Amino acid sequence: MATWPEKPTYISSHHTRIDGPLKVSGAAKYPSDMQPDGWLYGMILRSKWAAAKVTKINLDPALKVPGIKAAVLAPAVEERQKAGSDVTLRYYGEEIAGVAGTSKQACLDALKAIQVEATELPFAVREEDAKADDAPRVWEDAPNLSKFSVRETGTVDQAFSECSAVVEGFYTTPVQIHNPLETHGNTVSWTDDGITCWASTQGVSGVRDDLSHGLGVPASQVRVISDFMGGGFGGKFGPITEGVIAGLLSKAAKAPVRLMLTRFDEALAVGNRPSSFQKIKLGAKEDGTLHAFEFENYGTAGIGAGGSTAGGGSGLALRAPYIYTVPNTRVKQAGVAVNAGSARAFRAPSCPPSSFGMESIMDDLAVKMNIDPVEFRLKNDNRTPGWEIRQKEYKIGAEKFGWKEKYKKPGSSQGIVKTGIGCAGSAWGGGGRGSQAEVEIHPDGSVEIRCGTQDLGTGTKTYMALIGADIFGLKPEQITVRIGDTRFPPSGGSGGSSTSPSVSPAILDACTNALKVLQDQTGVADARGENWSGACKKLGVNPLVAQGRWQQGLSSQNTGGVQFAEVDVDTETGFVKVKKVLVVQDGGLILSRLTCESILNGGVIMGMGYALYEERVMDRNSGVMLNPNFETYKLTGLGDVPEIEIVFFDMPERGVIGIGEPSTIPTAAAIANAVANAIGVRVSSLPITPQRVLAALGKDKLSVA
Amino acid sequence: MSESSSKDGFSVSRRTFLKSFGTTAAVAATAQVEAVAAELDKVNKEKIVGPDAVPITLQVNGKAIKLTVEPRVTLLDAMRNMTQFTGNKEVCDRATCGACSMFVDDKLVYSCSMLAIEAQGKKVTTIEGLGQPGNLSPVQAAFVEQDALMCGYCTPGFVMSVTALLRKNPKPTEADVRHACSGNLCRCGTYPRILQAALKAAGVTKISKTEVIPYGNVA
Repeated sequence: MATWPEKPTYISSHHTRIDGPLKVSGAAKYPSDMQPDGWLYGMILRSKWAAAKVTKINLDPALKVPGIKAAVLAPAVEERQKAGSDVTLRYYGEEIAGVAGTSKQACLDALKAIQVEATELPFAVREEDAKADDAPRVWEDAPNLSKFSVRETGTVDQAFSECSAVVEGFYTTPVQIHNPLETHGNTVSWTDDGITCWASTQGVSGVRDDLSHGLGVPASQVRVISDFMGGGFGGKFGPITEGVIAGLLSKAAKAPVRLMLTRFDEALAVGNRPSSFQKIKLGAKEDGTLHAFEFENYGTAGIGAGGSTAGGGSGLALRAPYIYTVPNTRVKQAGVAVNAGSARAFRAPSCPPSSFGMESIMDDLAVKMNIDPVEFRLKNDNRTPGWEIRQKEYKIGAEKFGWKEKYKKPGSSQGIVKTGIGCAGSAWGGGGRGSQAEVEIHPDGSVEIRCGTQDLGTGTKTYMALIGADIFGLKPEQITVRIGDTRFPPSGGSGGSSTSPSVSPAILDACTNALKVLQDQTGVADARGENWSGACKKLGVNPLVAQGRWQQGLSSQNTGGVQFAEVDVDTETGFVKVKKVLVVQDGGLILSRLTCESILNGGVIMGMGYALYEERVMDRNSGVMLNPNFETYKLTGLGDVPEIEIVFFDMPERGVIGIGEPSTIPTAAAIANAVANAIGVRVSSLPITPQRVLAALGKDKLSVA
Repeated sequence: MSESSSKDGFSVSRRTFLKSFGTTAAVAATAQVEAVAAELDKVNKEKIVGPDAVPITLQVNGKAIKLTVEPRVTLLDAMRNMTQFTGNKEVCDRATCGACSMFVDDKLVYSCSMLAIEAQGKKVTTIEGLGQPGNLSPVQAAFVEQDALMCGYCTPGFVMSVTALLRKNPKPTEADVRHACSGNLCRCGTYPRILQAALKAAGVTKISKTEVIPYGNVA
């Protein structure tokens, strides 16, 4: 059985990203860059109503626009029309039809030419409106607010009476949009030989299966390629509607179609993180141990929160009481449907909102009980996997951060600009399994490693090369890595931080097997390093191909991480400036340090956006999303980024663990706690905007909080 | 983007004129009414372009490229949809993210907000024009070395912005880099490394604070 090399040269090194030169020079070709012969531009017509019953759709005028080669109905619309049932549109931005033409400009004209007549229906786009008994129903067959699921342990009501301190709070988090910089989309070519799809995706195999199903073509005749892709964050699995529409357009036009969503479309229709409205009550005994917990939460996954679609996997139901041990708990959760695009998995589904609510009330209770927040966590984080690691991380982190010296009574910082600090912890599985891989060694000494996975920017290609280099005694540059193609051995989608723990053992196994076959076949006892080229020559004419697959024992799961944040809050303007974030993270065996550090930086920065800037804003009167762009939906910029310090716990004996997600979990909570520590009052809603800070300080009398 | 009148008499000069007309008119109202009217008359006699496609020639990365474009086609669309220069990306298509940044006559512009016909007679440089694998520019090489990229979709725009900064200011401070990149967005969160790469390319080093603690050493 394959084992990780004991003294690797490249694994765990700071070797640079192997596809870096392609990406910095524009030579990397993304699905949105594809220009197969005769390709057409594709676009989608979307609902301009928050809810409507369509009475007529006429695509003919679009086909008369010069340059337009095809116009098709969205599959769901066509299906309902064919069945003779009502075509109901349930959100602003829902797909109606697609067009393909020789230019973007022709498509823009064609979208305007399509005639759609509809009767507007009443709608509800905000959670508080939609959950009312008399609210317009998003789905006719069910009320918007689902039944509350209830989970109870111990004797909650009695337990509260046994507590020496109890706090209550109402904590809310917004709908967050994934906003990968490359929008969702595909370039699809459907010919008599089958379908080729260049997909911007987190899972080539899933896209193949969905296209096969959606377009009625056997999976064996669908090839999906994703050599490079411009970010996913959980929202880019199947080809979904836009991929199927591109396929239908390609068939109708008999030409390849490149259909990438516009930035505007991206915000409306291809996923988001559900909102949460968490009413929490938490009590502890005199010695600081948590004793009673009551939690009532609802949130929206858009149209996915009720009726016939489930919003599954999007993390609508939160983890409560998050990572803490409380013997007596009552947890009630529900979803509320609104007329807006459906939620999808989003980096660490359910965790950032769970962390924000629980870590906030943890600090509120610690303050009330006059216990240090770090001590309070050490006392009560003793059950969820990774807790032993987190205990050590808190201790090391507090020392590095200077927690004891910096921590002051909330609101006691002097002056107009007040400084505060906060902390929070995270737990994540990060395990994966099942990948297969193959290695081809050519007589000229060149090597190819192939695996049907994909690289989201996380460094998959890079660690594949590092593993190969260490096993063969070569340099990473000598290894050709090929991924992102359904013709390669299957690997599965990249979600749940499962890619590295699933892929890396398969690569190690395939490389180990290939080396053995090479040595057996050529009689060279040790073919590595300087013997490599000589051994390969002895292969003769045909290259050698060896397979490998995931094996138990090379990777594991359950990471622990903690973060500390320091902020300045201007009490006159309400502006929050994050000064420093310290990350202490366990990641088992780190395959590639440089790319791994980049992931942790990225998690913190995305968490900062969640804490301070990002929020989908819906207009209750028109049902329209008001900020489907980057000038009004704010992302963290370089000017906002604080000093980020990373401390890795090196635990190679645990094997490879995925850490794409955990670093984004506790950031918002740590920042929110730092803000509360600075100003002495809690801003209990994300994002923590200047307006909300001023409102919490009682300085915002004129505006509606 | 809006400097001088164009030599070819295409609509760029007319747009530019009309843009400045507002301020001119205030003065003219009292003194130079006739002169302005004459100038306007002259402008209106210039060749009107569009709405149909017109042939244009662009100088891109040192090559002359002949295209036929409608006047409403942006420089970005022309590059990404009509040439092989797809390195610069379309992300927001409305001048907020910087992924489409190109040099036009050595001036950094958002190519999503410039018409292709406006770029005639000017020197266009896309990311491909800065350097290619095996022959990367110092800024590109620093981006690779510092891992200032993840998915890579914003990267060409950031490389352009940092290159523009270093041309103007070869020894920037950290604050200069943050300011120079304020018109670029990244979703993966590569910013700290972009900062390091820019300073590295300028010969200023900044060390990232990453520490590895072997678990066995933890008390």
